[in-house]
Parts: sequence; structure tokens; C-alpha cells
Amino acid sequence: MVGAGAPRRRVAVNRAAAAVGAKVGQTVADARAMAPALRLFPADPAADRALLADLALACLCYTPWSAVDDSVAVDAGPGTGGLWLDISGCAHLLGGERPLLRDLLRRLRRYGLAARAAVADTPGAAWAWARFGDPAKPCLASGDFASLAALPAAALRLSPDTVAGLGRLGLKTVGDIAGLPPAGLTARFGDGPVRRLAGMRGRVEEPVSPCRPVAQPRSCLRFTEPIALAGDVEAAARQLLADLCRDLGIRRLGVRRLDLMAVRVDGTRRHVVVGTGRPNRDPAHLWRLLAGPLGDLDAGFGIDMVCLSAPETGPLAAHQGTLDPGGADGPGVSHPSVDSLCDALGNRLGFDRMWRFAPRQSHLPERAVLRLSPGREGPQGVRDTKGGGAPDAGPWDSRRPLRLFHRPEAVEAVAPLPDSPPLLFRWRRQIHRIVHAEGPERIGAEWWRRDEADRDYYCVEDEAGRRFWLFREGAYDGRTLPRWFLHGIFP
Amino acid sequence: MNNITLEQLRGQIAALEQPDRRIEAMPTGLADVDAVLPWGGLPLGALHEVLLPAGEGEDGPAVGFVTVLLGRLAARQDGPVLWVCGRDDLYAPGLAALGLPPERILMVRPARAADALRALEEGVRCRGLAAVTGDVWDMDATARRRLHLAARDSGVTALVMARHEGDGTALTRWRVEAAVTEPPPGQALRQGVGSWRWRLTLAHCRGRGSDGEGVVARWLVEWNDETHRLRLASLPGDRPVVPAVPGIRRAG
Repeated sequence: MVGAGAPRRRVAVNRAAAAVGAKVGQTVADARAMAPALRLFPADPAADRALLADLALACLCYTPWSAVDDSVAVDAGPGTGGLWLDISGCAHLLGGERPLLRDLLRRLRRYGLAARAAVADTPGAAWAWARFGDPAKPCLASGDFASLAALPAAALRLSPDTVAGLGRLGLKTVGDIAGLPPAGLTARFGDGPVRRLAGMRGRVEEPVSPCRPVAQPRSCLRFTEPIALAGDVEAAARQLLADLCRDLGIRRLGVRRLDLMAVRVDGTRRHVVVGTGRPNRDPAHLWRLLAGPLGDLDAGFGIDMVCLSAPETGPLAAHQGTLDPGGADGPGVSHPSVDSLCDALGNRLGFDRMWRFAPRQSHLPERAVLRLSPGREGPQGVRDTKGGGAPDAGPWDSRRPLRLFHRPEAVEAVAPLPDSPPLLFRWRRQIHRIVHAEGPERIGAEWWRRDEADRDYYCVEDEAGRRFWLFREGAYDGRTLPRWFLHGIFP
Repeated sequence: MNNITLEQLRGQIAALEQPDRRIEAMPTGLADVDAVLPWGGLPLGALHEVLLPAGEGEDGPAVGFVTVLLGRLAARQDGPVLWVCGRDDLYAPGLAALGLPPERILMVRPARAADALRALEEGVRCRGLAAVTGDVWDMDATARRRLHLAARDSGVTALVMARHEGDGTALTRWRVEAAVTEPPPGQALRQGVGSWRWRLTLAHCRGRGSDGEGVVARWLVEWNDETHRLRLASLPGDRPVVPAVPGIRRAG
């Protein structure tokens, strides 16, 4: 890890780099001179902090009281990032302090994190012992200040300047500082060393404010006897759904994604996940979505617990019924049964396989149409065309093909030069003789896409009455013959 | 079996099929076509079929005719139009030009044919839709029957674009072929393409017999860009004589 600023200095090294002699605080040039193969990554304090916050949440499985250590800035130096876990009354659940620590470290190692941990009476003592103590003996005995006294002064969570100042006076260890009268220390170094020392010894309370996760909307049912019948699972899911929707109603949220977790007797978990196009908290509607995949749930030897949670939610205000059905909402996808149809189709076929059209400002025909997901509102300016048949010259042009190929297909055309419509052309090994033609309509890309040639579009009709949209790419320059493409089919 | 018995049987079957139900119909906008249809228009809440030609790039007229009917259905009723498509190259401005507002369309593109049929059926059961359409590769008699019954229950009209002639479940079946347009008067050959012109064939219509070739009736229709309706195309012989005034010709 390399910090910002000039000269750039290393703020962290991994074990392999330490083995070749790289040190924290070294300039990048020095480190490169020692080991040219060294790989450098820029430091990202924000990401470190976010990772610590996530880890604090993950540690809630050991104690309800876990927090990110914010008494020292994360980017102040190596080993400053840390977590507090208040395990008072929790350690016995995992068989004691040592097993708890072992489990925690193993878990962190599985995440790919190198960590050290210690247990002590006070947060200050734990901080010091985790960083400077004996890793072979991570659990400090209660009241063992003698071990702490041997630690360096940096174990007091002081700023590097203070530690250096203390060092200049010959105060190298915690014990040295503890032997001095507090008044003199405070006069010289501020209240930092005295306060930290008192906190470490438990004479001053150092509060740790725990992180509180924003609880996902969730409801659970545990069974004294495992259930396996489809009807029982269904009844449980329905009850959970009703509970969850009531909870969501209070919070004014709607479900975007619903996750039903069934914990089976053998300890394995089965998930059923469904999504909705727009936030919804109607139990009947959500049940319709859930019912299908729930039928395929394999209960195994029985289910001990069913949990229903909403990992993704969206704001949904209380709905007020309207007296004028379909009046104020306009002709969009607003009918409740249409919403449920969209969700049902989206869950089965995939939400990316459904779309609505919206106009887009572009000269190029293939870019003039936008595809929106059905639950989303269209861009501003989408006209209300409830009236239907009225001719409109809105964003949609009049003579446009019914089918437009994503990629124009090259055709062989015979056309008088320089700019007449073709007499005949061959498309997919079939020759079309043209009897009527209309054009050209010159369409060029926008000025910021000037690398594409202009196109001259012709609407042509063959002997059988089939109508095609052909275009010639570029103008005839007197040397090369222009190429012709078929872009669409007219009704 | 004499004719009277046959009529009686037909009446009994009709009573079984539609117990006490008056079929509501939507005028197609073509008086001649409405006169042939026994309901006075396209019956709503029923299955209709439009046959797609097999050739490549030849389904424009059939899709166009479906679009025109959908546009009329959408103008009558609130709610979106569900379009279950096999290919996703439908072009919204082209649909708009035939009177179907693209904002009203809900496109669905299933990966498999079985999914398409299921999506169609679910759509037909949804009362909030104005109409349902889709192109299906293969639809057996059961699927047809299910669609038709679902449409009858919900009142949502289903226009299915099919590749093969089916049985008589659908109330109507149409065939639409391209016809050479009549260029605007006064234009030389190869100059100008007129209004879209289709040869419209009613290949099956419940309650109407067909001739030996499987044709109930046949029309030559064209799309009027100004009024946004279909009209009967006038054949060259019927054309009112346009006095040729030399000197007054459209430029270009």
C-alpha cells in the first residue's frame, strides 16, 4: 500500500514484501531499488473503513456489541485499523475466550485477512496487547498490569509525535510513563498519555459505541417439530408474508426482492428468491409470485425454521384508492393486475426480457428508440396517447419500417450512379426487382459521431409488393462503388 | 342428415359454447369487412389468428394488420398491449405510424416457444390489458382452446400470429399479403411508393362458410396515413379521372 503525497511512502506491506526487506514509511523509490518486482497499490482509506464497518457487522455473531475502533485514524499507520468486541457474557457460548478468539481469527483468515486479536479487561489494554503483546498468549489475565507495563509507549494509542516526544525523554515503555506523576505529564504532553493510561488500567471508563445494523425487514417462524408437508410450508410462508407486509407498511417500504430461507433438519438452507418490478407489499400479489418456486422447494427430512426477508426494498407510500379507475394514472402500466402480470412474467422469463418503448432524441433510426424496464417511469415528454387513432407528428416519424434490423444487412444492388434508387437488389439469395421507390432521405449521425458515413435511405417496393428500407452508405465519390444495405421491412 | 337437423345441432352447440353471452365487437373501420363478420366487427374477448407467411421478410403486411387492429383495441380500452415476440426487431416508430402508440406496448421476449405460449395465456387472463398478441411457432389444439377460453372469461382480445393453419377454435383467421401500391398520381414509374396496400383474406370465420379454396372473403385494403384508418383500395379502373394539367406537377 502506498500513501499519497510526495515523496510517496509506503503505508503498509504484506508478509512477502517484509521478507525482502520492504518497510513501512520507506519511499517508493527506495523500495523499488531493493526489490524491482515489488507490486504497489494505492492506499484507499475509505475502502478500508468500509471493510472495517462490514467486519464489525459480521462480528455481531460473537457479541451484540461490536464497533469499529475510531479512536485512531485508520490511515495513521499500520495496525491502526481495528474492531472492538465487547464479549462480556458472550465468551462461554463458544467455549471460552481462547476458542472465541481462535474462531474469530480463523474466520478472518478465511476472508483473506491477516489479523491479530487479544482479550483484556479494558478496551485500552486489549488494543495494546493485540498489537504489541505476546501472540502466543492472547488472553491477558485480569489485573495483569505487569505484562502491559513492558509494552512500548506506542501501545497507549498516542499520536506518533507524542510517542517520539516521550522517547526523547527516555520514556520508552508503558511502565516508564505509569511511574511518573500525572500532573507533569499533562503539562508537557496534554492529557493524552494520562487519560489512555487510566483507561488501560480501568480507572476511567472508555465507552465503545456499538454499530447497529439497519435491520432488514424480516420475519421468522421456528417449529418445535420439523415440517415437511407442502401445505404446512405454504401456511408458514403465508403467515410470514402477512407479518412482513405489515412491518413494511409501518416503514412505508415495498419489496423489490423477497428471500425465503428454509433451514432444514440437516442444517442445510434452501432459498427461494423472487423479484418485483416495482416496490410492492401486497401479500396476495407476493404470494402469487412466491407460490410457484415454493412448490419446488425440497423439504428433505423436514424444515426447522422458515425466514422471510426483503433484502431489497424501495419506498412505497400508503396507497390511496381512486374513484376514477385508470383516469389520473394515465395509460401506463399502472393497473394492479398488470403489475402482477409483469412480476410473474419477469420472475419466470427474466426482467431483462421485458421492455417498453420510449422515444430518444437521435437522428439514427436504430438509436431513436429506448427500451425501459416495465416498472420504470419513462423519460419526460412521453406523450399521453390515450386517444389512439389521432394522427400525431410527435417524436415518432411517420414513414418508418415495422421491423428494423439491429445490424443492417448488406445487399448487392444494381443502381444507376450517382444517386438513384436501385433497379434490383439481391437479399438472402433472392432477387427483388424494384417497381416503386421513394427517396432519398439522407440521415447522418449527430455531429459528435461524425465517424459514421451519411446514409441515403430509400423506401422501395418490389414486384410482389414487398416493401423494404434500403440505404446507400456514403455518397459516390467517383472511384469506389457505394455499398447498399437493407435496414428494415415496411408493412 | 337433413339441413334442419344440422341447423338445430349448430344452435345447440352454440348455446353450449356461449351460455347467454352477447359477444361485443369492435368495428374494424372497414364497412365491407364488418358486413361480412357476423358480429358486425371483430369480436372482443376471443382468439383471432393472423397467418404469418413462411418467407423471410414477408411478414410485414401481417404484422402491420395486427398492429392496426391493436391500435384500434388500444384506443377503445385502457391498459397496455402485451406483445410476446420471437424476434426483437419490432420498430416503435413503425408501430406508431400504424396507429398503435408504442408507449402502450409491453414487449416480452421469451427464450422458448413453450414460455411464449404460457406468457400469452397469462396475458389473456389479465383483465388490465387492452389486448394480447404474439407470434408462436407451433400451437396445438389444446393451446388454442385454452387461449380462447381464457380470452372469453377475461374479455381480453387475443390476436395470435401463427405459422400454420389451425382448427376452428379461433373465431377468425386472416391472411394478409402485400400488394403493389398505387403511386401518387402524376408520378412516373419508380417514383414514389403509395399507401401500404394489402390483400386481406378472411380464411376462417365462425358462422360463415368458406368456398372451396378456404376463403370466406377477400379485400384489397390500404392504410390511409392521414386518417389513420384502413380503407378499401380503389382498383385502377375505379379511379376517378385525374385531369392531367401540364405544368402542375409535384417537384422531385
